[in-house]
Amino acid sequence: MHIIESGNVAAATGVMLSRAQVIAAYPITPQTPLTEKLSEFVESGQLGAQYIPVESEHSAMAVCIAASTAGTRAFTATSANGLLYMNEQLHWAVGARLPIVMCVANRGIGAPWTVWNDHQDSMAQRDVGWIQLYANDHQQIIDTVIKAFRLAQTVSIPVMVCYDGYLLSHTYMPFDRPEQSEVDRFLPAFAPKHFLDPQNPGNFNTVTLPDVRQGVDGVMEPGYIEIRHNLHQDLRAALESYEEIDRDFVKHFGRGGTPFVEEYRCDDARFVAVAIGSLSYQLRDVIDIMREDGIAIGVMGVQMYRPFPDQAIARALSGKECVVVLEKALSYGNQGPLYGDIKSALYRLADRPVLHNYILGLGGREIKTQQLLDALSESCSEPKAIEDTPRWIGLKLQE
Amino acid sequence: MAKKDYCKMISRSKPGPGDGGNTGSWRVMRPIINLDKCIPVKTGKIACFNCWLYCPDCVVTKTIPPTIDLSFCKGCGICAEECPADAIEMVDEASQTEKEK
Amino acid sequence: MAEKTTILNLTEEEFVHPGNRACSGCGLSIVYRMGLKALGKNTILVVPPSCLTVLQGLYPVASTKLPCVNVTFASTGAAATGVRAAMKALGKEDVNVVAWAGDGGTSDIGIQALSGACERGEEIIYICYDNEAYMNTGVQRSGTTPQGVLTTTTPIKGKLQVKKDVPAIIAAHGIPYVATASAAFPLDLYDKVKKATTISGPKYIHVHTPCPPGWAFESRYTIKVGKLAVETGLFDLYEIENGTFRLTGPSQRLLGKERRPVTDYFATQGRFKSLSAEAVQKIQQQVDAKWAAYQS
Repeated sequence: MHIIESGNVAAATGVMLSRAQVIAAYPITPQTPLTEKLSEFVESGQLGAQYIPVESEHSAMAVCIAASTAGTRAFTATSANGLLYMNEQLHWAVGARLPIVMCVANRGIGAPWTVWNDHQDSMAQRDVGWIQLYANDHQQIIDTVIKAFRLAQTVSIPVMVCYDGYLLSHTYMPFDRPEQSEVDRFLPAFAPKHFLDPQNPGNFNTVTLPDVRQGVDGVMEPGYIEIRHNLHQDLRAALESYEEIDRDFVKHFGRGGTPFVEEYRCDDARFVAVAIGSLSYQLRDVIDIMREDGIAIGVMGVQMYRPFPDQAIARALSGKECVVVLEKALSYGNQGPLYGDIKSALYRLADRPVLHNYILGLGGREIKTQQLLDALSESCSEPKAIEDTPRWIGLKLQE
Repeated sequence: MAKKDYCKMISRSKPGPGDGGNTGSWRVMRPIINLDKCIPVKTGKIACFNCWLYCPDCVVTKTIPPTIDLSFCKGCGICAEECPADAIEMVDEASQTEKEK
Repeated sequence: MAEKTTILNLTEEEFVHPGNRACSGCGLSIVYRMGLKALGKNTILVVPPSCLTVLQGLYPVASTKLPCVNVTFASTGAAATGVRAAMKALGKEDVNVVAWAGDGGTSDIGIQALSGACERGEEIIYICYDNEAYMNTGVQRSGTTPQGVLTTTTPIKGKLQVKKDVPAIIAAHGIPYVATASAAFPLDLYDKVKKATTISGPKYIHVHTPCPPGWAFESRYTIKVGKLAVETGLFDLYEIENGTFRLTGPSQRLLGKERRPVTDYFATQGRFKSLSAEAVQKIQQQVDAKWAAYQS
């Protein structure tokens, strides 16, 4: 069914269709309308979930962790400082191997306060172990939320679905709302192997020793490092599982096919711009303008950021002359996080493209098509100048 | 073919005694019950059992006579202190072990 | 009114395995053992970092026979909320959901989440075992450390501030049941936990828990020390049921009688040794005033 709604409502609808059972809700701009919509779904009876209006984001993730450990499908949403406030809990959810799904309406982080869009919030969590998926438009938001629940319970790792605050969360677009019956066929009920059960008692996630140790039935049980190693191995294996899930989604709903990267006019391109989120779609206008001028350029949007699809990216960018990574985040004191990851992925290639890094849009600074055009044009005309210091787009005042 | 058997390792402990090992080895003093003074033994009735009630480590049995599991008794002395008949004496563990050799 | 439990009719089933890592003479061991007897098998526990974490064992051995989820320090009240929400979603309404936290995890870092759970009226039991300091990390002062007490972070002057009255704070949320109990009166504790399982809504039980190493007394005196706290009128056993306050058991029997002087209690523990005579007198006056108010 086609509807016109906001990105936040697209996300909430995805959660409802996925039959979330426990929802922890705390308001924070620009995610709040998602949370409000979910309360409407629950109070009207459209979604039979427990809706818990918690007193902080740290508690929101605590509710999800506990509810998931007790065997139910749990969800919460947040942005920016809320995501950071629950940082301790994000690590906990991963280590506990819980299939929680969370939406992050991307927003910049304080200090100083900002409510506007950039990617610093989710980028700051890239090492935690959560799977990170980024949606580029409203259709991708609702579709990715549904895929996220399936991926999370398949690999027992939590998944965050990120989309641009305001640019996607608050704008309205037409998209297809999948049928509940089709979603039910795509997403089986949550049936965990281990959960809190008075009939089968166990003590979850207590102090775990550095070394292996014999258990009550005489079997050698792992130490902390083995458990974390298993997590990492599963994260890397999740790449292939997500490809499989995405293929299945295409079968059910006729959409998808770009689990890792979404490419536009990249096949015969000499130059490729890389970005995350709605920026990758805004760049398409610039690509079309430059193509009119005979410049063989394309744009690639990264859809799965963690686990990092290094092989897919290396395949996509191998043989290109210059790759320009434009980011709304920065690893302060170094360079753009995506830039660093792409550089590592390309390191093994015999003929590595030249890499350029641009930082833009922090704290919601408007990104004009002309600015993108100027930056890409410069990079394409001077590709050989490899720069490790990121350039900035859109600064107005000098220090 | 994508992986199927995910999450093979998690930290989930199963119930069992002796997490702290042979905690009886912590003892410096050992409780000895004097059966001549113990109320349930003297009366032959289910009575008193303060030692069973107050034991922090569940090592005293609610039986006539009460018994103490010395493999886990930490020798805290609460049973001796709370016995209303002064029937439990805390004796030096080292000399007891010596005696038993 | 339920019959009072005695030693003779107290259930013999044990829910804690021996040979765990709790200290010799640990007050919490007594509290935990009694509390689990009252809760029974159909229970899910929520435990933050605390002495109980260690008592319950290191992976892969659990000395608790009940299912338990360990959670981060600040999140106990919220985690218990999450377990209850899952039980509701799964239609398992009869399961007890019980949080067990220390005083640090309750009065300090955990108070926000506990307050939220109380305000939302969550169907949980929250038991705070109060050994009056951060004992698991080595006896640092907490919000419930009494005034004047020596701890590793108040090593010379003793704690300057008074003990935070957590039961009063929780009672101000208007929850249906708030109670205090003591390791020294295990049957009273048992009955209060048992009662909590029959009441709807949030239930809070604050348990005074003597700690031999932290309070500096010989391990055999755990019960004696706990009893003295009550007999001197320093720690009172009471219930607040739907807003109505009532002293219970030994504290109720103290009404109108002479209490033992607070010096009797202070003399048993090394942690009070830097209390000046003036400070002791002031404390005695505060206790006398409190009991005078109970009378009226």
